[in-house]
Amino acid sequence: MSEAIAEIPARENASLAPPAPGAERKGLTKKEIAADHPTWCPGCGDFSVLALYFKLIEKRKIWHEKITTVAGIGCSSRFPYFVQAHGVHYIHGRALPFATGISLSRPDLHVFVFGGDGDAFSIGGNHFTHTSRKNVKLTYVVMDNWVYGLTKKQTSPTSPVGFKSKTDQWGAVDYPINPMKQAIAAGATFVARTTSTNPNHVLAMMEAAMDHDGFGFVECLSECVEFYEGAFDAANPRKGGVFKEVPKEHDVTDELAAYKLAGADFPGYFGIFYKNNKPTKNAKEAEIQRGMMEKVKGLKDWQILQKNFDKMK
Amino acid sequence: MSDTIATASPSGGAPKVSKINEAVIRIAGNSQDGIQAIGGFLARLAGRSEQEVMTFMTIPATISGGPSIFQVRIGSGEVLSAGDEADVLLALYQHSYEDHIGSLKKGGIVLFDADHVEPKPEWQKDYHHVGIPLSTLAVEAIGGTAKDKGKNIYALGLIARMFDLNVPKLEKLISERFGGKDESIVKNALVAFHAGYAYNTGNLLETFKFTEGPGKGGHQVVMNGNEALGYGLIAAGVRFGAGYPITPWSDIMELLRRELPKYGGTFVQCEDEIASISMAVGASYAGRVAVTGSSGPGISLKSEALGWAVMAEVPLVIVDVQRGGPSTGLPTSVEQSDLNIARFGSHGDSPRVVLAPANVEDCFYTAIEAVNIARKYNVPVFILSDQAIATRIEAFPEPNLEKLCQDISPDLTTVPDFKPYDLTTPDGVVPRVVPGTRIASGKYPVATGLEHDEAGHPTAAPKMHQAMVAKRRRKLLALQATVPVPKVYGPPEGNVLLVGWGSTQGPIREAVDRARGAGDSISSLHIKHLNPLPNGLDNIFSGFHHVFVVEMNDEGLYGYGQLGGLLRARFCDPRIRGINKTDGLTWKVKEILAAVKMKLSSNGGAAKTV
Repeated sequence: MSEAIAEIPARENASLAPPAPGAERKGLTKKEIAADHPTWCPGCGDFSVLALYFKLIEKRKIWHEKITTVAGIGCSSRFPYFVQAHGVHYIHGRALPFATGISLSRPDLHVFVFGGDGDAFSIGGNHFTHTSRKNVKLTYVVMDNWVYGLTKKQTSPTSPVGFKSKTDQWGAVDYPINPMKQAIAAGATFVARTTSTNPNHVLAMMEAAMDHDGFGFVECLSECVEFYEGAFDAANPRKGGVFKEVPKEHDVTDELAAYKLAGADFPGYFGIFYKNNKPTKNAKEAEIQRGMMEKVKGLKDWQILQKNFDKMK
Repeated sequence: MSDTIATASPSGGAPKVSKINEAVIRIAGNSQDGIQAIGGFLARLAGRSEQEVMTFMTIPATISGGPSIFQVRIGSGEVLSAGDEADVLLALYQHSYEDHIGSLKKGGIVLFDADHVEPKPEWQKDYHHVGIPLSTLAVEAIGGTAKDKGKNIYALGLIARMFDLNVPKLEKLISERFGGKDESIVKNALVAFHAGYAYNTGNLLETFKFTEGPGKGGHQVVMNGNEALGYGLIAAGVRFGAGYPITPWSDIMELLRRELPKYGGTFVQCEDEIASISMAVGASYAGRVAVTGSSGPGISLKSEALGWAVMAEVPLVIVDVQRGGPSTGLPTSVEQSDLNIARFGSHGDSPRVVLAPANVEDCFYTAIEAVNIARKYNVPVFILSDQAIATRIEAFPEPNLEKLCQDISPDLTTVPDFKPYDLTTPDGVVPRVVPGTRIASGKYPVATGLEHDEAGHPTAAPKMHQAMVAKRRRKLLALQATVPVPKVYGPPEGNVLLVGWGSTQGPIREAVDRARGAGDSISSLHIKHLNPLPNGLDNIFSGFHHVFVVEMNDEGLYGYGQLGGLLRARFCDPRIRGINKTDGLTWKVKEILAAVKMKLSSNGGAAKTV
């Protein structure tokens, strides 16, 4: 995939000096990738995810125009404004189907989707399930902070029981969603978990998700310092917690083992839980197209349509 | 039919042969009797014979069984509606006979399956009854267990004999329809057809022969509105669509799913209506105008995403095949009650374009127009079709596909710089630069639902919101300036002007013809561009004493329906009043005329609402 992303566009505007044949564009610098200054609160875990996205683009020499960054609604979903690339700030919960529209119609682009737990597991829960099962080629990073931050502290679908929010003054009563279990059960083909306080691990997971030919899902714990301070201290060695990687002997193709791993008590494990190489929806649709186009080989579009009209005379 | 019959004198004991120039045939049975197939054959035959044709069908909302009808009106002259009354009723069951005898004109012929129907003595004097043991004869003809399958084709043979239809053309149609399957199926179908055709017509009271119509030259194609709309989208260059199944929209998504891969395109069946519009907007954003669609309830679900497309200025085509509402309503009946949601649905000030095709042919061309408006103005465009137009079959001159088919692939040529929401263009329109395009300045745009500045960055500055709202409005004003003023059908001045939109054009025009024939001063106007409305309508209205807006929706609290409301708001003209109905059926010509008469005689409605 990285090669496709780095491809130089075939058509260059004549008014701009085209690169000499064979000349390589230099990789982008962080300065060239960064756009607006993030609007997040100081100390927010999302800064780390953004910095590592820049690092990924730098490291893999991805050009601005070869990626599209899509988000829904939420604090983390402000992401596209901070990236110098074609971006989309869509509606709440529906970033995945939007991104699917891009992915399926533009095989030359790589689509990254960023969002929060409300977007992914509450209002967009249906889309999470179906994008997973359809195995659409795109990378989805969910910055999970266990709380609604943008609307100022309401219970989220991942808030643990007992969490005191403005909508659960006495503590949350509903059982939270386990994103890893949800993804595995829905048929996601790449399921990983990381935490924003471990930058190297975030980068490794994002890169592995990007390189996965299919729906690459990464849950990244990302602390909301304003409304859920200390939520993830137990996973942060600097705060006295433990960062436990997925055991080396874990077989990532073993769905049951992955599901079991996902059931571990917080802070649980970090790393790739599950991965398989089922063909993507993109590949399957392309195969259907190839088969159908073979039957009308050599015909112009209007002639294909004419064949239908001839049958209706 | 009777008004137009030039009767030939009956010769001896043989049945009378009457020359006719049109006929309405209603076939009533159950949904699994294949009566749609008979109707389809008759419609296609008319198309191949340079005749005009229009059909009307009802299907039950249940999966299997249930009463169903198919009505075909075939004519050598212009056919504008499916016909108020049938000349011939073919009734397969007792319920078909009892429920539909009322749709037969007095003196009309009822052909009934004597195996299933017990004719009523009291109806014998009003209608010519012809009983034929269809079920038994079909079994005799093709034998075995296929009796229910062959009955429809046997009946087609009878009708062919009765109307002296072109046998070789029908044989060819039957072979085409059943060809490709087991050869014995075609053979059986032809045997059943010929057995029906050979049935001794001695006891049929008369047979008919169509007069030659004016030759039209060129080929006709025969299809229903959903097919015309789907193929129109393909001709327009649409290569991506997304949808969720709902009646009567589903046919279009099935067609696109089947056809688009041939062109390198894709149609995705999504998990829900919201995903469908989101995926289509995503694909549109990625470069080529995409389509989503639904019917009533599904459109409601799409309205948040529609608002985003307006705000982000991403083109999109949304098809709404209207049905009776609200809620699940009447899934297989017709209504024009989604104009308000198409026009106003969603939140905030969200200008969008609304078009309504007037007939099946117009479905094809409206699809192309919708795509081109969406592309040019970067705005969502609604196509308001309806259940009646979706399922009815018409013949129309074959479009020049070589000329009409267009390529709307995005241009990915590098641009020096790009401001997606540039405020300096006079008409508010900024050509899009889609993902995959390199922008030499290194500044990349964000397509956003937040109010934004010219570069697409969020801002809540009061002046900026005002300027952007105005920009989105200006685009539609620019479009409005290009919308043609619709032509008045009939004289441009007179007593009554009937105003319609969408699938009602045919019956409204036929009502005008009939009333003018009787000496009334009446004309009609059909509005296809419902938002923005064409300029110049007030000038047209001023030529008439009464303006009645004929719609298949409720007259509301103030005596006019949804288009009536829009026109009243636009022109503040108290002459605008409504002629409305909500029975889930298409307009009959006589219903329109009766309503006009009532409005004119009472005139109370006008006084109340002035």
